[in-house]
Parts: sequence; structure tokens; C-alpha cells
Amino acid sequence: MRNPNMSFWTRHQVFEKNSMILIVGILAVIAIGGLVEITPLFYLKSTIEAVDGIRPYTPLELAGRNIYLREGCYLCHSQMIRPLRDEVERYGHFSLAAESMYDHPFQWGSKRTGPDLARVGAKYSDDWHVTHLTNPRAIVPQSVMPGYSFLATTELDPETLPDHLRTLRIVGVPYTDDQIANAVADLKAQVDPDSPGADAFAKRYPKAVARNFDGKPGAPTELDALIAYLQMLGTLVDFKLYNEKANLR
Amino acid sequence: MTIGESGLTLIFVATAFLCMIATAKAVDMPFAFHAALAAAASIASVFVILNRYYERGALPLPEINGRPNYNLGPIKFASFMAMFWGIAGFTVGLLIACQLAWPALNFDLPWTSFGRLRPLHTSAVIFAFGGNVLLGTSFYVVQKTSRVRLAGDLAPWFVVVGYNFFILLAGTGYLLGVTQAKEYAEPEWYTDLWLTIVWVTYLMVFLMTLVKRKEPHIFVANWFYLAFIVTIAVLHLGNNPAVPVSIFGSKSYIVWGGVQDAMFQWWYGHNAVGFFLTAGFLAIMYYFIPKRAERPIYSYRLSIIHFWALIFLYIWAGPHHLHYTALPDWAQTLGMTFSIMLWMPSWGGMINGLMTLSGAWDKLRTDPVLRMLVVSVAFYGMSTFEGPMMAIKVVNSLSHYTDWTIGHVHSGALGWVGFVSFGALYCMVPWIWDRKGLYSLKLVNWHFWIATIGIVLYISAMWVSGILQGLMWRAYTPLGFLEYSFIETVEAMHPFYIIRAAGGGLFLMGALIMAFNLWMTVRAGEAEVHSPAALQPAE
Repeated sequence: MRNPNMSFWTRHQVFEKNSMILIVGILAVIAIGGLVEITPLFYLKSTIEAVDGIRPYTPLELAGRNIYLREGCYLCHSQMIRPLRDEVERYGHFSLAAESMYDHPFQWGSKRTGPDLARVGAKYSDDWHVTHLTNPRAIVPQSVMPGYSFLATTELDPETLPDHLRTLRIVGVPYTDDQIANAVADLKAQVDPDSPGADAFAKRYPKAVARNFDGKPGAPTELDALIAYLQMLGTLVDFKLYNEKANLR
Repeated sequence: MTIGESGLTLIFVATAFLCMIATAKAVDMPFAFHAALAAAASIASVFVILNRYYERGALPLPEINGRPNYNLGPIKFASFMAMFWGIAGFTVGLLIACQLAWPALNFDLPWTSFGRLRPLHTSAVIFAFGGNVLLGTSFYVVQKTSRVRLAGDLAPWFVVVGYNFFILLAGTGYLLGVTQAKEYAEPEWYTDLWLTIVWVTYLMVFLMTLVKRKEPHIFVANWFYLAFIVTIAVLHLGNNPAVPVSIFGSKSYIVWGGVQDAMFQWWYGHNAVGFFLTAGFLAIMYYFIPKRAERPIYSYRLSIIHFWALIFLYIWAGPHHLHYTALPDWAQTLGMTFSIMLWMPSWGGMINGLMTLSGAWDKLRTDPVLRMLVVSVAFYGMSTFEGPMMAIKVVNSLSHYTDWTIGHVHSGALGWVGFVSFGALYCMVPWIWDRKGLYSLKLVNWHFWIATIGIVLYISAMWVSGILQGLMWRAYTPLGFLEYSFIETVEAMHPFYIIRAAGGGLFLMGALIMAFNLWMTVRAGEAEVHSPAALQPAE
């Protein structure tokens, strides 16, 4: 006869009779999966390929992105085009990891009650966005999106922006001292391309688009910021120049 | 005064002071509101503690006449709050379901739009309803199966009240636009810090009760509760590290970015399902089904294998939320593989729960509470088959981003988590309020059928709409053009959104019947008659 003390079930009693051993066992068992799946993402170079054109958000785009987060847009709109035939034809080139590398938090989303927005930038006019955000059904009668008319009447408060850029630098977004110091001026310059600060802004954020996004004179509004953000989404990488074989290892 | 009482009083006085400073120096309105709320709550806590000290006389004894003097107050509080938040969460769910069918219901105001109400719905049902059920039942089960009074005097109260204050901060924050914009982890940095304090206290209370237990073995349900508490702590800390823009402001930036943030998020997100909504509620199954059926657990050995396999495999499954994204392929493949393997331990739990009914199946005809518990396990089996199937990459390419996911979540959330919670509350409320039984079993029967029809309407509507929309997105004309514009696929959803809202309405109606039934049980129920031996000790 087998010695009952040797049985697996008897040995398991060490967990059943000692709460501390049980808790250590649980911690050990749950640690493995997370460690194997997450840690390599921080050191494997192939995780995020190097792509030309990626830059941190301008202060105005960042303010717009924060409105996008605040209103929970990610709950109905994804920002992740999958490499499937219909998606590439509907939305454009599939999303690259580099395109969201400065996103804290990421906004890939999990549901498309509305369409993907990863490459919505430059797809519609500013006017279209102003009308659509204010009353979606004025321009798309079947839409189920809420209206955001209050954005047009809410002025931006740019004063804390340098702190936002500084915080983002702490978590790894490469803002320069120059960009942090001039955050407020850059925000104002981006909605007013004829202003004296526009040249300095263009130098700090090459290829960033400066114009009056909400089409109204006066102080920049939340609508300006959100449209500036939407209009730059997915436009940073020039796919005419992008070499998809450059990063093969 | 005990050390706990004086210490906690001092801490709350200091907190009240600090929160008042924070209110004055706040850089944004929601932060000022939350700081003021915390100051008021701290002052109220000081009064409650002092008042209790002057009125309580001696501290409650750990045992009376050789029987454990169980601490039921915090459990009653958690049960009440569970019912309250459940109805609130189901109502908001019904509202946002209607918003998708009739968008005018957004009213175009910031605090009534879908984007702010949806996190309110998910947090209210998962963390507020589910969380209070877990707190209440875990405190009940750990005492009963260890045959000791709950560890700590004020600590259990701190856990249940502190947790509900966390819900209040999180919920009001969403309405005011305070969010980290990470699904199911929306509360901002200061709310996360508060939850950490509460959760560590919860772990300590639970663990210390186990340590002083009078039974040689730790009961199976407590393994699952312990795994749930410990893992949620790890997930919360891993997913939420953030740097606040100002320590007097609500906005923060999460430390992780892009791909790494996505991986952390779904490692957290999927295991919120795995450990909050599964392990915790399996613990409920392992106590309440055997109790109600008056049968032992079917197989002790199966519960051992099922426990370790479940918690080991679940942690790997997160990347199935990120199929075909910019997450590296190797991680996606791991996520899919482990998700499929996860089917086995999940069904191990289902088999153990259902087979516990061996020899007692006839009770399903007469006891609607047991029927609710058993049907919940059947829903658990169904959604843990559906989940691994949807984690297969080719299936996922169709189902992802569609309502199929929403349907899958709700077959688990309404069918499994909802029904097992309802069953547990129907059992526990008469026990803790010392009542002979429920006010009305007939009303439980009504609740069961109304809610079941609601669930069936909900999930079948979402299956059809999800698969329909997925197929429309990838449909091509014979000439090779995409057949449907995006908005045409939105339009096609309309009838299913109405059916879904009707299903949700029925589920809410069932919960209202339940609340009435439980209220009447506590208010007007017949008191349990104790045997004289328990009342009069033999000299």
C-alpha cells in the first residue's frame, strides 16, 4: 500500500492549514503570467519600431486630448486600425506602435459604437467638425453620438499647461525646456497663425498645423483644442516615405 | 479608549485638517469638491467614533457561552449598500442603453452624456454592487467557516464605510469629468490612493481572521476570497501608478504609455474579470450552494486543482483584448493560448458547483433561491465557454469592437455575477437579521423569471447585433468595394438596442422586487426562534 503521507492531496494540506503559506503560494502563481508578458515589452527593441515624424503633442493638441479623455470618447471610438483588409481600406494604414508611444494613457479603445479615429486627422474640414461636435445629427442624421455644444462656449485655461508638459516629461515624453517654458504662448500661437509667436511655434513643433480651428475670433475654446487634436490624429507618419522593411530584424 | 479608537480619531482629525487645506488650495473645482467631501467625512467619522465610545460600554466579547460572537454590523451595512448600488447601477445602465437607441436622451449636457455615464454604470455594478456583495459575504463566510469573530474592532467598519466612500468619490468624479480614461480603472490618483488604504485594511482583517481561526483547515471559499483580495491589490498597484500634475488638482498622467500601457491595462482589465468577478464570486458559490442545498461540495480534489489552475491561467489571458493591435504578436499568441486553456478550470468550477446538487436536484422545484444560484453557475459555464472562443484570433477579428463583446460581458455579469449575488443575499439577509426566512418566496420566483427573460433578451440582441455589425464591416460588393458605410452599420443596430434596453428594464424590475422583498424581510419578517439552550446557559 502507498504511504498516505506521500500523496499529493496530503501534501497540499500545507496550504490549507497555513494562511501565510497560502498567500505566498497565491502571489507566486499569479506573478508568473504578468512577468512573462509585461517585462519583455520594456526591453525588446522590436516592440516599438523607430518611425520618422513622431513628435509629442503641441500644448493645444494636448489640451484637446485631455478633453477627449474627460468626455470618455474612448468608450465608443477606437484608435487602433488592425491589419485586416476591410479596416485598412476603410480607415487607412494599420496603426503602428510608435504612433501611440507618447500617449499617457493609450487610447486604443475596445468598442466601435462610432468609427475608428486613429487616422481621422485631415479627413474632414474644421467646419465639418464644428457642426458635427455641436450637433452630430445636423450632419449625419442616423448618428447616435451625444452633442457637445458646450465645448464651443467653454474657454480654455492655458495657465497650468507648463505643469502638464513637465509632468509628461517625468513619465517619459521628451518635451524640451523651451517647449515647457513657452507652452502658453504656443497654445495661443497655434490658433492664430498670423500672430508673432507663430514662427517660434512652428520651429518648436515642425509640421504642426496652426489655424483657427473653431473658426471664431477670440480666446481659444475647448472646441479649438479638441478639433486640433482630432485633425492631427494619424497624420504624423508620412506613409509615402515609410519603409515597413526598415525595422525587420 | 482602545488604541484603535484613539489612533483613528487622531488620524481623522489630521485628515480633516489636511483636506480643508486642500479644499482651499485646490486648482480645479472637482478636486475642491472631493477634498471638502473628504473633510466632512473625516469630521463625521470623528463624531461617530467618539459617540460610539461613550455609548458602547464594554467592548463586544469574542465569544458568548462558548459560541463565537459574530460581528454582523459591517455585513448588514455592506448588504444594504449592495442593494442600493445595484439598483443605481442597473438604472444608469438602462439609461445609457436608451441613449444608444434614442440619442436625444444625452440632453447634450456634460454630466448626462454617454461618455461620462458609461463609467458610472460599469463602476456602479462591478465595484459598488459586486464589491459590496463581496465585502459582505467574505466577512460572513470567513467568520462562519473559521468559527471566530472578525478580527479588529473598528477595522471592519473602516473597510465597508471607506470602500463606499471610494465609490462616492469615483462616481461623482465621473460625472464631473474626473477620469484616468482607462477602462474599469477610471478613478483618479487620489481616489486610487484611498482605495489602496482601504484594500490593505481589508486584506489585514480577512487574513487576521483566518490566522485566529478555530478550524484546522481553511475552507475552500476562503482560498478564493484570499486570491481575489491579494490579486486585486497587485493589479490595482500595477495598472495605476500616475504622476499628478499638481497635488492640489485632480489631473494626473499615468506612468505607462502606448503599448506598455495597453498591456498593463488589459492585464488589469481582464483580471478584474478573473479575480473580482470570478474568483470572488466562486467563493460565494462554494459557500452558499452547499449551504442552501444542504449537500457537501461535490469534489474537494477538483476544487484544489480548479483553484490553482484558475488563478495561474487567468493572469495570462489579458492580451486577447489586444488581438491584431500594435501589441507584439508573441504576446497576443500567449494571451490566446492561455485563454483557451482557461476553459478547463472554469468548467471545473462549474462542474463542482452543479454536481453539489447531486441528490438534491428536487429542491430546484421548491426553492427559487437555490434555482437562482444554480442558474448562475450555468451562466458561468456558458460565458466561460464563449470567452475562450472569442479569444481565438480569427473569431476575435469578427467579434472585437462590436456588441458581441457587450453581450458576452452581460451574460457573465447579469447571469453569473448578478444571479449568484442575488442568491447569496436572499440566503444571507434572513441569517444576519435573525429572521426565520424570506418575506416571500413567491416574489423570489417572480424576480427569477423576470430577470431571466431580461437576460435572454439582452444577450440574444447583442449576439445578433454584434455578429451583424462585424459582418457588415467586412462585407464587399462583387466589384470589390466595401459594401456598407460605417453609419449604415450604426443604423442597423437600432432595433437591437431597443430590445437590449427592454431586457435591461426587466432585469432592473427584478432587482426592485428583490429590494422590496428584502426590506420586508428585515422590517416585518418573523424572528428566528432560538432553542432555549442557546439563550440560557446551563449553570
